[in-house]
Amino acid sequence: MSEPVAELTSGGGAALPLGVYSRPKGGGGWRDWVTTVDHKKIGILYGGAALFFFGIGGFEALLIRLQLATPNGTVVGADLYNQLYTMHGVTMVFLVIMPLAAAFANYLLPLQIGARDVAFPRLNAMSFWLFLAGGLFLNFSWLVGDAPDGGWFAYAPNTGVTFSPGHGMDFYAIGLQIAGIASLVSAMNLIVTVLNMRAPGMTLFKMPVFTWMILVVQFLLLFAIPVITVALFLLLFDRNFGANFFNPEMGADPLLWQHLFWIFGHPEVYVLILPSFGIVSEVIPTFSRKPLFGYEFMVFSGIAIGFMGWGVWAHHMFVSGIGPISIGAFTLSTMFIAVPTGVKILNWLATMWGGKIRLTASMLFATGVVSMFTIGGLSGVTHAVSPADTQQTDTYYIVAHFHYVIFGGALLGFFSGFYFWWPKVFGHRLGETLGKWNFWLMIVGFNMTFGPMHILGLNGMSRRIDTYSPGFGFEFWNLFATVGAFVIAFGVLCFAMNVILSARRARGLPPEPPDPWDARSLEWFTPNPTPVHNFDEIVEVSSLDEFWHRKWTTDENGRVVRRATAAEVCQTGDADDVHLPSPSYWPVVVAAGLPLVGFGLLYNLWICVPGTILVLIGVYAWVFEPPDDPDGPFGGGHGDEGHGDEGHGETEESASDESAPQEEAASVE
Amino acid sequence: MSEAIVTEAGEPARGDHDHGDHGTLTGISNNKLLMWVFLGSECLLFGGLISAYLINRSRFHTGPAPGDIFDIPFTSVSSFVLLMSSLTMVLALSALQRGDIRNNRIWLLTTALLGSLFIGGQVYEFTSFLREGLGYTTSPFSSAFFTLTGFHGIHVSVGIVMLMSLAISSYRGTLTQKNSETVEIVGLYWHFVDVVWIFIFTVIYLVPSPTS
Repeated sequence: MSEPVAELTSGGGAALPLGVYSRPKGGGGWRDWVTTVDHKKIGILYGGAALFFFGIGGFEALLIRLQLATPNGTVVGADLYNQLYTMHGVTMVFLVIMPLAAAFANYLLPLQIGARDVAFPRLNAMSFWLFLAGGLFLNFSWLVGDAPDGGWFAYAPNTGVTFSPGHGMDFYAIGLQIAGIASLVSAMNLIVTVLNMRAPGMTLFKMPVFTWMILVVQFLLLFAIPVITVALFLLLFDRNFGANFFNPEMGADPLLWQHLFWIFGHPEVYVLILPSFGIVSEVIPTFSRKPLFGYEFMVFSGIAIGFMGWGVWAHHMFVSGIGPISIGAFTLSTMFIAVPTGVKILNWLATMWGGKIRLTASMLFATGVVSMFTIGGLSGVTHAVSPADTQQTDTYYIVAHFHYVIFGGALLGFFSGFYFWWPKVFGHRLGETLGKWNFWLMIVGFNMTFGPMHILGLNGMSRRIDTYSPGFGFEFWNLFATVGAFVIAFGVLCFAMNVILSARRARGLPPEPPDPWDARSLEWFTPNPTPVHNFDEIVEVSSLDEFWHRKWTTDENGRVVRRATAAEVCQTGDADDVHLPSPSYWPVVVAAGLPLVGFGLLYNLWICVPGTILVLIGVYAWVFEPPDDPDGPFGGGHGDEGHGDEGHGETEESASDESAPQEEAASVE
Repeated sequence: MSEAIVTEAGEPARGDHDHGDHGTLTGISNNKLLMWVFLGSECLLFGGLISAYLINRSRFHTGPAPGDIFDIPFTSVSSFVLLMSSLTMVLALSALQRGDIRNNRIWLLTTALLGSLFIGGQVYEFTSFLREGLGYTTSPFSSAFFTLTGFHGIHVSVGIVMLMSLAISSYRGTLTQKNSETVEIVGLYWHFVDVVWIFIFTVIYLVPSPTS
C-alpha cells in the first residue's frame, strides 16, 4: 500500500501528498538519536534510559533502608513509604531490568545472528520511545505527589478507588500499559528477526546461548504481556468507569486479579532472569577458554524453563485460599522447575572446571551471578514447600529471596555484560581496577543488605511495614542491612566513575583493537565500536562459536593451536555501499501521543483528543512515509519495504487499544 | 521497488538483501510472520477476557441475569453475518491473486460492509440491553460482558479500518497482484477476529446461561 506512494514521492522530489514527508536525513546531534532506527543506537538508548531509572529506583531503595535503619523510623511517613516501596519495585522490574535486557538484546541479537538490523527497524524505535513514555508517565506521579501505593503486584481490591483513592494506581495501570505495548511490539519484532534473518548456515542450534535465551524471553513476553494487559484494563475500568471486576460488594472475586497478575507475573520472573543467564553463558566460556559445557542441554533447559514457567504461578498465592489440590499441584510444579535451573548452574560450573580462568571484572560478575543466584534459587525451593511458605509469605524472607534472584541473578549479569561488551559498543574498555572495586563493593554490600533479611523474615518481620517497634530483635540486622545498602550505592558509584573516567582516558586514542577478550560469537567479527552497517559482508556460519573456530583449531595431538589472529579474521568495517533503512520521525510521534491519552483518562477526557490525534497522525504518516531516503548516507531501499503495511496494522492496533477504553467508557457513561 | 529507488539515486545495489519479502529462513515473509506472532499474542488477550467473563457470568447481583436478557436468535444472525465476511475476505484475496482488481475491490468492500453490519448489530444489542437495565456498572456480569464483547467489537472495527484502507489504495491504483500479500495479512487478522467470535459466541450465548 505504501509502495506506489513511495515511488511518487521519492521520484525526483515531486509534490508530496498531505501527510507525507520525506524521511529525516539525520543532521547530527540529538536529531540522529530521536529519529534513529538503528538497532545499536536504540540499544544504547534503552541502556541509558534504564540506568537513569536505576538511579531513581536506587534512590528510593536508600530511602526505604534509611527509614528502616532504626525502630520507629521517622524519615518518611507511612503513606510515602507505601509509595516508595511500590515505585521501587515497579521501577526496578519494568524500567530497569526489562529495558536493560532490551538494551543487550537490541544491540547484540542482530549482531549475533549476523544480520544488519532487526526485521522492523521503525517498530523497534517505537518500542523504545513507548517504553520511555511509559516510564516517564509512571514517574510523573511523583511530581503530582500521587505515586502508586498498592505494591508492585497491586492486589485488588486494595488498589480500587475505595482503598487507594488518589491517582497513583491509575498512573501504575496506564504507565505499565504503555510500557507493555513497548515490550510486546519489541517481542514480536525480535522473534521475527531471529526466525527469519539469521546468517547463512546459522541453524537454530548454532545460535549463541544469549540469542537463544532472548528468543525464549520474547516468547514469554509475547504470551504474558496480553494477560497483564487484560488485568490492567480491568483495574482501570473498575477505578475509572465503575466496572465491578474486583468489587466484593457486588459479589466479585478478588482472586481474579491475583490469577491474572501472576499468570503474567511468573513468566515475567523468567523474563527478568533468562537474559542474564544468556550473558553469563557467553562470558564464562570466553574467560574460561572452553566451549560452554552441554550447549544443547543449556538451550533445552532454557526452553523448558520457558514452558514450565507457565505452570507455577499459583505458588505466589499459597495463602490466598486456593484449595489443597491447587496447592499440591503448584508445589510439585514449582519444585520441578528448579531442575532445569539447576542444570544451568551445574553447566556453568562444569564450563569453568579445568578452564584457563581469567578473573576480569566481567568474569567476576558472572561468577557472582552463579553463586548468588544459587542462594536465591535455593531459598526459592523453600517457598515451593507450601507449609514452609505459609510462614514465609509476606515476610522479609521473601524480600531476601527475590533480591537474590533479581539483583544477584539478573542485575549482576547485566553488569557482567557491561564490562564484556563495552568495547564493542563504545570502542574502549571499562577500567579493570575500578571494575573490581565495583564488583566487590556490590557483592559485599548486596550480601550485607539482603542476607540478614532471611533472618529477619524467619523471625517474623513483615515486608512492607513502614516501621517497627524496638524489642523484637529486628534492630541489629536492619541497621546492618542499611549499611549494606550504602555499600551497594558506593559500588554503583564506582561504575558511574568508571564509565566517565574510561571514556575520558580513551579520548584521542584509537579504538580498542578487535576481539579484546578472545571471544566466540559473531558480533566480534566487526571492529570496535560496531560500524553503522554492522558487517561488511554477512558471515557464513558453519559451527557454533564460529568466530572462535576461525581463530583456533586443533593439531594432530588434539592441542589447540592458533589458525589466524583476530585481526586477520575480523572485518575492517569500511564498506560504504551497504543500504540501511532511513531514520523516521514517526515512531517518537506515536509514542508521544499515548501518555497524553493517559493523562486524559486521569484528568480530563478532552486531553485524550490531542493524544489520539497525535497517534493517528503518527500512524498515517508512518504508513505513507517513503520507504527510504535515496540521498541520505547508506540510502537505499534495504529492509524497509513493505513495513508500512505492517506498521500500519500494528500501531493501528496499539493506538486503538489505548484510545478504545476511553471511547467505550464514553458510550457507557 | 527498492531496486527502482536505488537505481534512480545512482547507487549500487547489493545483492545480499537478506531480509525482505523473499528469501527469509522460514519462507514466510517478515510481515506475515509478524502478523502470525501478533495473533498468537492476541489469543492470550482474549483468553484473559473470556476467563474474566466465565468467572463472573453468574454474578449478576440485582441486575438482569444473562439467561434472561440474551436474544439468541438476533445474535445468531449477526454472528452468521460476521462468519460470512470471512468467506468474502477469501474471495477478495483470491481475486487479487488472479489479478482481478475489480472483484477484489468488490469483495473487500463487501467484507467491510458485513463487518459494519455486525458492529451495527452489536450497537443495537448494547443499547437494548441498556434500556433493559443492564448498564456497564450494573454487576460483575455486565462489566465482564461489555468488556469482552466490546474488545471484540474494537478489533472488528480496526479490521474495517484496515479493509477500507485497502479499498482506498485499490482505488488509487496501488493495490495490485504483486502485493496481494498485504490483503492476505489483513485477511489473517480478519479470520482471527472471526474465529475468536466463534469462541465468544459459544461461551456467552450457546452455553446455557444462569437465569435469575
